[in-house]
Amino acid sequence: MPLMFQLIDRRLNGRGKSAVNRERFLRRYKAQIQGAVKEMIGERSLTDMERGGEVRVPRRDISEPTFGFGHGGDREFVLPGNRDYVAGDRIPRPDGGGGGSGSGNQGGEGDGQDAFAFSLSREEFMQVFFDDLELPNLMRTELGRAEKPSNVRAGYAKSGTPANLALVRTLSQSLARRIALRGGLKREIEGVEARFEVALAVGQADEAAALDSELERLANRRTGLAFLEERDLRYRNRVMRPEPVSRAAMFCLMDVSASMDEDKKDLAKRFFTLLYLFLTRKYGEVDLVFIRHTDDAEEVDEDTFFHGTRTGGTVVLSALELAEKIRRERYASGWNVYAAQASDGDAFGADPARSARFLREKLLPATRYYTYLELSGACESESSLSTPLWSEFERVADATRSFAMRRATHRGEIYPVFRELFRKGSH
Amino acid sequence: MSPISHGSDWDFDLLERYNTAIARVAGEYKLDTYPNQIEVITSEQMLDAYASCGLPIGYPHWSYGKEFIRNEQAYRSGMQGLAYEIVINSDPCIAYLMEENTMATQALVIAHASYGHNSFFKGNHLFRQWTDADAILDYLVFARRYVMECEERHGETAVEEVLDACHSLMPHGVDRYRRPAARTIKAETERLEAREQHRERSFNDLWRTVPEAPAERKPAASGVFPADPQENILYFVEKHSPKLEPWQRELVRIVRKLAQYFYPQAQTKVMNEGWATFWHYTILNRLHERRLVDDGFMLEFLNSHTNVVYQPPFDSKYYSGINPYALGFAMFCDLRRICEKPTDEDRSWFPDIAGSDWNKTLDFAMRNFKDESFIAQYLSPKLIREFHLFALADHTNEDAIVVDSIHDERGYRRVRKLLAQQHAQEIRVPDVQVARFDRDGDRSLTLRHQQRRGRPLTEAAAEVVKHLRRLWGFAVRVETWEGDARVGDLVECAA
Repeated sequence: MPLMFQLIDRRLNGRGKSAVNRERFLRRYKAQIQGAVKEMIGERSLTDMERGGEVRVPRRDISEPTFGFGHGGDREFVLPGNRDYVAGDRIPRPDGGGGGSGSGNQGGEGDGQDAFAFSLSREEFMQVFFDDLELPNLMRTELGRAEKPSNVRAGYAKSGTPANLALVRTLSQSLARRIALRGGLKREIEGVEARFEVALAVGQADEAAALDSELERLANRRTGLAFLEERDLRYRNRVMRPEPVSRAAMFCLMDVSASMDEDKKDLAKRFFTLLYLFLTRKYGEVDLVFIRHTDDAEEVDEDTFFHGTRTGGTVVLSALELAEKIRRERYASGWNVYAAQASDGDAFGADPARSARFLREKLLPATRYYTYLELSGACESESSLSTPLWSEFERVADATRSFAMRRATHRGEIYPVFRELFRKGSH
Repeated sequence: MSPISHGSDWDFDLLERYNTAIARVAGEYKLDTYPNQIEVITSEQMLDAYASCGLPIGYPHWSYGKEFIRNEQAYRSGMQGLAYEIVINSDPCIAYLMEENTMATQALVIAHASYGHNSFFKGNHLFRQWTDADAILDYLVFARRYVMECEERHGETAVEEVLDACHSLMPHGVDRYRRPAARTIKAETERLEAREQHRERSFNDLWRTVPEAPAERKPAASGVFPADPQENILYFVEKHSPKLEPWQRELVRIVRKLAQYFYPQAQTKVMNEGWATFWHYTILNRLHERRLVDDGFMLEFLNSHTNVVYQPPFDSKYYSGINPYALGFAMFCDLRRICEKPTDEDRSWFPDIAGSDWNKTLDFAMRNFKDESFIAQYLSPKLIREFHLFALADHTNEDAIVVDSIHDERGYRRVRKLLAQQHAQEIRVPDVQVARFDRDGDRSLTLRHQQRRGRPLTEAAAEVVKHLRRLWGFAVRVETWEGDARVGDLVECAA
């Protein structure tokens, strides 16, 4: 009789069976999802920039077409739960043509017909977020300096923990040993047997008895061969090996003088957040240096940088000098240095020209990429097309490729500007 | 006897004991089943299984990802609960139980899936005819591997294009009638020999002298291929598409086989669910009579059961069509009632079965019908009254929807006929068939859409035609006919 009932616990099997299909879906509707993510970035507050998010895709874009019945034509259909209709009653057609409330067949599709909404995980979100972007001038020569130990496989060892026992290897050792020993014994037994026959034939009884016991001893040795011996055991071996990691130092420079109002600071923070998230994805190790400046510059921690308040005048050069000083002290070699500067472009007297020169001569040769983001309030965007700093920096930008500058006036522009600065192959 | 267990916790030992008890009762009712395989899974795995139509293995495709995301979203936001079980028509019959279920629910599911559905799969003629229970799992494994190999060799996009196109034609990729098996060479030779012998035996030289009528010149119909319209569009594409590569043909075949596998399920939804629900209800009540389950178990079971068989009225906000569980369960219960305690009305409506052995009658019904014929045959006036079924007519030339018939003496037969039609496959899928393949000309393919009662195709049809053109490689055209009159064309030219 066949086994009539079988109970299997499948709970430990993988659960991500649909992951590949999900990924394919995301890839297929990449354009729509990217659009949705873009919209979301504009609305989000700084702190949850990194969270996943709900994405809506128009339902008609993702429908799978089949031949089906459209509206119109004659049909009858049966419904349950009649209350007081009798044959021949006339019910006015519900608005919106054929389908409507009466038609049970289509009833199920009623809700949320316009959009297909679903959430992206944080990982997927960031993926879309930074898709197609790359760090310019990332030089592999700088990779070798920093090292991080990593655990790699290194053949087999004769000792180890039971969890690392390499079964196949162990058994092949055991098999080899048994074959080798058994072969030798077999030959020995055959030899003794031959002598035994001879002894019997010529009638040497003592000799025959001795050989017989010898035979028995050999046979015992053959059956007694251990299936597995201590010396067969092999363990997977792992060693720690230092692996190079790429690391980056990122300088965030922000003007926090009085002319930078809250709106502009918010824009700047958004930009820095994006940059930071982006760098952490590209480098194993990212060191951040936050420098804010008014008429003099200071290095602050992340929290103070984003949330602290300070007011005063504007001397751009002070920040650049501080950045250069820190770079020389801490990141002189073995680091990929990036810098981003955000300002409203206000600068006075000789400051812009001197800043530009300092930048060109000192800072730029030592950095991989330097971005300058100029922020202007919504109302002044038209009038102040060329701020003092902007026009000075423009000349720097013409002269070198590792320098880029953009303008942003509105929250929604930050992300496009960011993409533009880091688009693949744009450098 | 004392109850098998108390409380809602379950373990594997208890599952086995419940299964043994349920198997014994099922045996008493002579339920014939495939061997059972019960697998316990988590809710995430259940979501995975949902996405691939309940199949344990599927080939990768974005539409399954979409389905997965949709279900996951609905589940997480609490809009939709998960089914307690999924059962696969295979030999052995595989049923999935969710680990979150209580003991009572697990027992309900075992009775429902492993004995109800299982016996239906084994007994119903559509499943016997169309599906090969012991081969399906192997085929799925093959299909998955094949699709993935194609992806490696020809790229994911190329494979996806073919699969998308096939999916859009899936409802038109089934054979509704069995094709005669191709004759073997031996049979063919024998047939020709028999014909030859017959000619020799009946040879009469006189016939030669009879003057022949002048041969009528038939209009040249030779160009029309296929000779008869073909309803299985995917099959036709697989066999005759002028451009498909062999691997693409195989993909078409895989989708076609899957469509065929699901075809009986779509046609027996009411019966299948009704049958399974009827048996879990009957079996668990029997266990309760024997005191193998306690009252708490019974109350919990009845709670789930009544939720499942609830039919909201048409004007309720919960209404989403006729609940197949409710209708099917009610019909099988009613059949049993007609056998056991027939009324005069039953005697006049069902003279053959009123008062017969209910177990045999139900078994016969389960084996030999599909939803359409089952309802046409067995829906009783009593049920029409109980469900308050009524029919509406929505006609273009009327400015209002007219109540066609209701649950009264004049309306019973009409309501029953309309409800049966509503469950017919032909009503749900438009009649589109392959009409012409211009083999010797521009190789275009012409489909004929037979429109009935003025019901047009949706706009999505244009998209489907595009998909078909991708498979076909040359121009594809759809002609719409109403009766014998050509109504309109939907043309897609080869680019």
